[in-house]
Amino acid sequence: MALLGGLALAGALLWRNTRQNLAARQIRSGFGFLGQTAGFDIGEGLVPYAPTDTYLLAFAAGVANTLRVAVVGIVLATVLGTLVGLGRLSRNALVRWLCTGYVEVLRNVPLIIQLFAWYLVATEILPEAASPIELAPHVYLSKGGLQFPHPVWARGWAWALAAVPPGLAAAWALVRWARARRGRTGHGPRLGWAAVLLAFAFPLAGWLAGGAPRAFELPEVTRFNVSGGVSLTPEFLALLVGLVTFTAAFIAEIVRSGVLAVPHGQAEAAAALGLAPRQAMRLVILPQALRVIVPPLTSQFLNLTKNSSLAVAIGYPDVVSIANTAINQNGQALECIVVIMSVYLTINLVTALGMGWYNRRVALVEG
Amino acid sequence: MELSRRTAVSLALALAAIALPATALAGKTLDAVKQRGEVVCGVNTSAPGFSATDSQGRWKGLDVDVCRAVAAAVLGSAEKVKFVPLNSQQRFAALQAGEIDILSRNTTWTLTRDASLGIVFTGIDYFDGQGFMVPKKLKVESAKKLGGATVCVQAGTTSEKNVADYFLANGIKYKSVVFDTAEAIQSAFFSGRCQAYTTDMSDLAGARTKTAKPQDYVILPEVISKEPLGPSVRRGDDEWFAIVKWALYAMIEAEEDGITQANADQLKAESKDPGVQRMLGAGDDTGKLLGLDKDWSYRIAKQVGNYGESFEANLGPKTPLGLPRGANKLWSKGGLLYAPPVR
Repeated sequence: MALLGGLALAGALLWRNTRQNLAARQIRSGFGFLGQTAGFDIGEGLVPYAPTDTYLLAFAAGVANTLRVAVVGIVLATVLGTLVGLGRLSRNALVRWLCTGYVEVLRNVPLIIQLFAWYLVATEILPEAASPIELAPHVYLSKGGLQFPHPVWARGWAWALAAVPPGLAAAWALVRWARARRGRTGHGPRLGWAAVLLAFAFPLAGWLAGGAPRAFELPEVTRFNVSGGVSLTPEFLALLVGLVTFTAAFIAEIVRSGVLAVPHGQAEAAAALGLAPRQAMRLVILPQALRVIVPPLTSQFLNLTKNSSLAVAIGYPDVVSIANTAINQNGQALECIVVIMSVYLTINLVTALGMGWYNRRVALVEG
Repeated sequence: MELSRRTAVSLALALAAIALPATALAGKTLDAVKQRGEVVCGVNTSAPGFSATDSQGRWKGLDVDVCRAVAAAVLGSAEKVKFVPLNSQQRFAALQAGEIDILSRNTTWTLTRDASLGIVFTGIDYFDGQGFMVPKKLKVESAKKLGGATVCVQAGTTSEKNVADYFLANGIKYKSVVFDTAEAIQSAFFSGRCQAYTTDMSDLAGARTKTAKPQDYVILPEVISKEPLGPSVRRGDDEWFAIVKWALYAMIEAEEDGITQANADQLKAESKDPGVQRMLGAGDDTGKLLGLDKDWSYRIAKQVGNYGESFEANLGPKTPLGLPRGANKLWSKGGLLYAPPVR
């Protein structure tokens, strides 16, 4: 109690003192600026933002950009990290060496250097934006980034999207039923593929019912660059690839240590029961390894999110980049830094809560 | 329990001790500078013509000369300056926090900056305007033809806002790529990531000198903004504000009076013109009113040179930048440079 009281008192003093200093130096303070017109452009993003919008919306666009790279990055880094981690335990020597080399190189070079390297690859080696490489019909890669077609929004797509949850529910129910039947009778089909088909059939039906829209917005090569379709800028791609490959090296080590933490007797017992190595890994080893893997994995997810603030070095407009610009335009450094800290704190607390819930699910329950 | 209470109390006291004295304003800048024996001046990390280091590591440029003029006036030697290179995002914070005495970093004077950042501009040392540079091979002759192009622009500059205004006003769609340092934005532009680079005209000319093939890039004719660049100081120290303001005016006045580095000594001994005498410390004492000595403006002319000399040495047609005097001519020659009477 005394400690809390002391901290609160110190905090209050700091707050009062800061306000006095700002007033004495005639520096504007307060969050009123959030309602003012921002006046600068943001290069890319999911939030529809124009220079005539407010600082608040500019920050929202920055947060959306941070989330975009963090969420996609976490998913890809987990997949890549798991593959590399299992690769280091492979019985194939070449795979083992390659994965070891990957981990040692990627985790021992500072991330910012890797980001610069990826960005250099994107902007020095690729062709000019006006003469891109056509990877596939209507898929372009150049200094302007990666452009590919996207469907023009129509009612059919809304129907398809709406049909995804019932499709997944039906697939899940089918698998449960098949498993229960196998448990009861000792035989019966697995129906795994049928479940996948079912999960896809629902949205397909929705798409057909909605009039089967087939219009796509195609990127086109214009005078200066490629426009139209979905555009992923080299800044986004460099940041994403850099964060994913870097974090995957750490996740690989976590996965490897998790698997090795499962006593060898478990694998032998699985073999004695007649399980193939792949089955043993999936049914016996990994579920036990997850208990060791999940807590440090959470830290890596949080790290990836925080590391995304290096975006500013390669020109990706994440929330830090937007806040930096705002600081310069209106000079309110203190307020903008409070915004940045609250954003990362919120994102990471939510991530930690979610992972905490998952951890309790996979943890050993002793009855 | 006992320990945690003691810890808490001492922690609170320590924090209070740190926090309370800071409410007093920093001491008078002039006294601090004299005691320190050097002027600390915030400059651009690399803006050829304004502030950049030469092959010997010596700072050179028009903004640098303004700092040297202040040092010559206050400390007696133009060499007593410590230069702190700052990027565009650090500059105001460095001045606000008292890390530097003067911010002389090709910074545009705007109302928001003058009235809400706790700083105040002392004058204008270069009348600039924002423009665009494009690779020659794109065959673009006008900024109005940049529709659909990707434009490189530096974060936290007036350029970032001006370009948004300009394209909005002209109904042109564009994409921006924003970096936090001039070096990053220039390497992105010269590597071909953007089709256009926008910043102040003088900066464009400076950036072009850094590339291997300057002739491959053209600066478009449109000037889309007013960019009066000048030094600024912290608010609340009127004496220091006056010194920095008049140091620049002395450079301009010296050009008007025909005083150069070469002839300053001769004019000091021989000139009968009371205005020239005042400037060279041979007439009325103008320094006393500023808290300086009689020779303050003589030393500026002798050690740094007049405005025109600094311009010709750093930005003029004989330098790699090759900029014309343009609006930066003296008012008497049809330009905008005008110093109030030094008397």
